Amino acid sequence: MRFVLKTNYAQDINLFLHNGQRFWYGLLIAALILAPFFLENFYIGELTYLFIWVIAGAGLMLLIGYTGLVSMGHAAFMAIGAYAHAVLFKLGVPFLPSLLMAALISGFLGAIIGVAALRMTGIYLAVATISFAFIIEKVISAWRPVTGGHRGFIVPEPVMFGVDFGSDLVFYFLCLVIVVVVMLLVMNLLRSPTGRAMVAVRDSEISAQAMGVNLVQTKTLAFTLSAAFTGLAGALYSHKIGMLFPENFTIFLSIKLLMLVVVGGLGSVHGIVFGAMFISILPQVIAIVRDFLPSWLAYRRGLEPLVFGAILLFFLMYEPLGLYGRWVKIRAYFTQFPLYRKSTFKRQKSYLRTERVH
Amino acid sequence: MDFISLGTFVQLLVTGISHGCLYGLVALGFVLIYKATEMVNFAQGDIMMWGAFIAFTLASTYGLSYIPVVILTIFVMAMFGLLLERTIIRPMIGEPPFAVLMLTIGLGFVLRAVAGMIWGHDEKEFDTPYSVDPLILGEVSLDYEQLVVVGCTIVLCLGLYVFLRFTRFGVAMQAASQNQLAAAYVGIPVKGVVAITWCLSTAIAAVAALLVAPLQLIYPGIGFVVGIKAFVAAIVGGFGNLSGALIGGICIGIVEQFVGYAFEGAYGETSVYVLLLLMLFVRPQGLIATIQRKKV
Repeated sequence: MRFVLKTNYAQDINLFLHNGQRFWYGLLIAALILAPFFLENFYIGELTYLFIWVIAGAGLMLLIGYTGLVSMGHAAFMAIGAYAHAVLFKLGVPFLPSLLMAALISGFLGAIIGVAALRMTGIYLAVATISFAFIIEKVISAWRPVTGGHRGFIVPEPVMFGVDFGSDLVFYFLCLVIVVVVMLLVMNLLRSPTGRAMVAVRDSEISAQAMGVNLVQTKTLAFTLSAAFTGLAGALYSHKIGMLFPENFTIFLSIKLLMLVVVGGLGSVHGIVFGAMFISILPQVIAIVRDFLPSWLAYRRGLEPLVFGAILLFFLMYEPLGLYGRWVKIRAYFTQFPLYRKSTFKRQKSYLRTERVH
Repeated sequence: MDFISLGTFVQLLVTGISHGCLYGLVALGFVLIYKATEMVNFAQGDIMMWGAFIAFTLASTYGLSYIPVVILTIFVMAMFGLLLERTIIRPMIGEPPFAVLMLTIGLGFVLRAVAGMIWGHDEKEFDTPYSVDPLILGEVSLDYEQLVVVGCTIVLCLGLYVFLRFTRFGVAMQAASQNQLAAAYVGIPVKGVVAITWCLSTAIAAVAALLVAPLQLIYPGIGFVVGIKAFVAAIVGGFGNLSGALIGGICIGIVEQFVGYAFEGAYGETSVYVLLLLMLFVRPQGLIATIQRKKV
């Protein structure tokens, strides 16, 4: 086990703890840059989807994993980003400004919901965001002149500086750049006072407030950023799917994003990537396993939600810190080899005490 | 909007109230669980859907008559609640509320998928002895099914109120919800209380199912739709409050019917969610508030 002795604050907030990490992450970036030259188009497309999920997941992780606010309607922000970008781009706004505008519009609406969220916690917020998502879905299908409603909206090919981004390869690199920027932004945010204020709000609103954290500002900012990232992901997603329908952005997308965050591992940046990998690989795995299942089960509708739901149950009951938590345990097992003890990771239980009056 | 005649008005009002009672009933189920354990059960609607399918199977496949179907369904669902509590919920006692919320969402997915596999996705009809010609009063035609819903809801609510307020078990439940540790110290079997609460809550879901089945067609997705609206009802009424859940349910039932009528059926459902967001902006604690400011 490598132990880094920290002697000053700059070292503590370093993005990379030691050179080993620099090496591995550098290798990962290099592999991602080289990958498309060795892969078939299908896999390039899948990797691009993965990047889009990572961006959306980063938004939701910031909100749920780091600020402790539960949103069950993030598909709405993805939808807003996708439609805003597609409509603006079709109107002739250049590609990058249109992408940023989409993120801004989504962030602005997020801020409005965030203001409402200030007074809510837990279940209230969850239901409020679900309602918001239902309303947005309805608005999209009803606002036919702009969004095309249920007939769909054809997203124009991405063109930037006269270069066509329509090919899988070029779009892959665009998404890769944006993913790296977003991840750096998130990591940077989390080591800044703002990010730490968010974590403080998650752990205890009252102690955070007592230490001088501005709750209003922190929560609104978290919501705004979260919505903006998710909107950006939606904008990229719109190009990837090519044709937008209100049905692309239902409650099931929200749940999928929630699964990403939970299965990946709440409160970890690695968890975003693990979760994104999970939700993009799982449908493929189900498709493969389906061939080996008895026929009475394999082609029943609902196999996929069943597996998704069951895995969600499994993780919440046995591995609440998700794939990242499991990875940490495996790593600890090997680094501490004969001395590993299971009780190191014992979960802490708390007893319920209500704030309600009866 | 055209001028509404008195007959239409009363008709919409009655339909709204009966739908609202239904939302209120489903809401009662999770308000009960929330009151006792502060867990939020997002799968309540799907549990209700299972109740409806079990009643349907008992009636159509086994050919039982109405009264045995009612009794058996409630019994089977209560056992189902006990089983759920034992296998899935008990390990989660003491976990953060978000984990339980997500867990019940996952549970809802599983229940819906399994129901779809067993009973298929097409809509089923469920008839009762009182599914006869409606009662005609002037311009208004009242379905007996709607009247039964309202009646049952009132009886069930009163019963629950008395149960929680005046019986030993009800008081123990409130104690367990206020402070689990303290309740355990004074000799209340907290785990048992939680188990019985789930049992009771799924039994209520079964009653809701028996009432919803004749009123609407049954399909696996019904629980989700009704469940979300029941949540809205509970929040509009003030979470953690039995009468609030019912009042909230009736409010959104009526709003849904009238807005649906005004826009020719298009925005009825959406109006419910708009109402919720407005409510959260204006009076987030709900019509009947039970939550004080958070203490340290």
